Amino acid sequence: MESSAAANLPDAEKAAPPLLLRQFDSVGRSIVRFLETTRGLIAFTLITLGVAVAKFNVSTHVIHPLIRSQVYRAGLRLLPMISFLACALGLMIIGQMVALLTRVGAQNLAGTVMVTVVVRELGPLAAALLVLARVGAAYVIELGTARALGEVEALEALCIDPVHYLVIPRVVGLAFAIFSLTVYFILAALISGYLFAFVQDVPLLPGDYFKQLAMALSWEDFALLALKTCCFGIIIAVTTCYQGLAQPLRLEQVSGATTRAVVQSLVACVLLDVLFIIVYLVM
Amino acid sequence: MQPVIQMVGVAVGNASETGTVSIEGVDWSISTGDYWVVGGPPGSGKSDLLATMAGLYRPLRGTLRLFGSDTADLAEDHFLAARMRIGLVFENGGRLFNHLTLAENIALPIRYHHGRCAINTKERVEEILDATDLAQFANCTPGQIKHAWRQRAGLARAMAMHPDVLLLDNPLAGLGPQESRWWREFLVSLPGGNAVTRGQPVALVVACHDLRPWTDQGKQFALLKQKRWLSVGGRAELGCCDEPLLRELLAADFAMG
Repeated sequence: MESSAAANLPDAEKAAPPLLLRQFDSVGRSIVRFLETTRGLIAFTLITLGVAVAKFNVSTHVIHPLIRSQVYRAGLRLLPMISFLACALGLMIIGQMVALLTRVGAQNLAGTVMVTVVVRELGPLAAALLVLARVGAAYVIELGTARALGEVEALEALCIDPVHYLVIPRVVGLAFAIFSLTVYFILAALISGYLFAFVQDVPLLPGDYFKQLAMALSWEDFALLALKTCCFGIIIAVTTCYQGLAQPLRLEQVSGATTRAVVQSLVACVLLDVLFIIVYLVM
Repeated sequence: MQPVIQMVGVAVGNASETGTVSIEGVDWSISTGDYWVVGGPPGSGKSDLLATMAGLYRPLRGTLRLFGSDTADLAEDHFLAARMRIGLVFENGGRLFNHLTLAENIALPIRYHHGRCAINTKERVEEILDATDLAQFANCTPGQIKHAWRQRAGLARAMAMHPDVLLLDNPLAGLGPQESRWWREFLVSLPGGNAVTRGQPVALVVACHDLRPWTDQGKQFALLKQKRWLSVGGRAELGCCDEPLLRELLAADFAMG
């Protein structure tokens, strides 16, 4: 019976490779796709860098207003949202942490813990994720649609470099916006966190609290904060622009490109964060 | 007279399939004041041909000369300078930038390339908007106006930089008779020079799949047939040529279909 059933199977099923082989095939394809995307992203980053250097002084009266509009869009317009997030996270994390440290008699560590949690980790990541969600995803849709509708080709027909006109303002704008938002986030979170602790009758004077913060901060923190937030901005802008611009898209492919860009940006930001953690540990 | 664009044995690539040939063996010479009409059925490679002539894509084979210089030997900045003398009007609404108003669309190439020195940008934009009857829509974005006006705005943007050659991809597609008449009346004055070109003659190349509107004003005609380039000749040859594709492109049923 079994042999007759096998004989009746269609040719395609008979020829299907075993499950293990298919799994290997799937993993192999994923690795190749990952490598191709990484190569594409690196190439696009280098092209962007090359154009930024080569056209640093070209058409500044057109490019600078575009940069300002991106800073406004990704920075100033997100100020209410980042303030809300900072206050909420300040209340949830910092307030409770200060209260907890006081309970175990370790309130003199409050500054160090705050700097580690908020300045080094929470602030940059929260600002980057907010910008990615609110602006990065929109970049892919805008650029992908522009590409699908032939607007990028139209720019080229007018001898306007699409990387110069579309990518550079977004990269610079996002780097500056994430840095600024992070500074706002840190200030708002530290203040709101202390206010929550103050309301809970934690015996920590404002002067002591901010003195601890100042003692825990070093110049490396400021330098690395600026570097890290700018890198986050560059990563998000380059990844979203790459997914929107670098390959020919049809309108129905824009949503897929948006998802890819968000996931890739997220992974790249987390990996970069890990790298910075190692740098902090080494220091 | 030196040709403004010259193609010798050019193989035009297919933009949607990298590496594949769209048109083979193009031997073509365009001079100032020419008015070429290139006919071909949909999908025959007209857009690819115009894009290659405009320098958007490099030819797969053969020699493309822009204003006497072989593009293969041109340095990037000289190639860019040559390309800036060629205007390209895309089909289906001119591919305007949707986030800019019509005036900003027209001003963009002038501002980008001529910078702050272009003190006459505003005047130039107004001049072109008036010439194309678009002044009333100057502050509208492309999404706020109808297709016919968008197509005109595409022409206006291509004219902004005073091109020596104007390439038009199916400019009358989707336009009514009245609008088509306006286009033909506007275009016919360009090869000899008019107020918008400040008297400078412009070479015109129109690609289309319906030759009928162009038979009374085109000076030279060519066809794209099965990936080949066929030069028909002037208006006189148009009547006596027995090429079946030409008959089809001049027949009402094909054009309407």
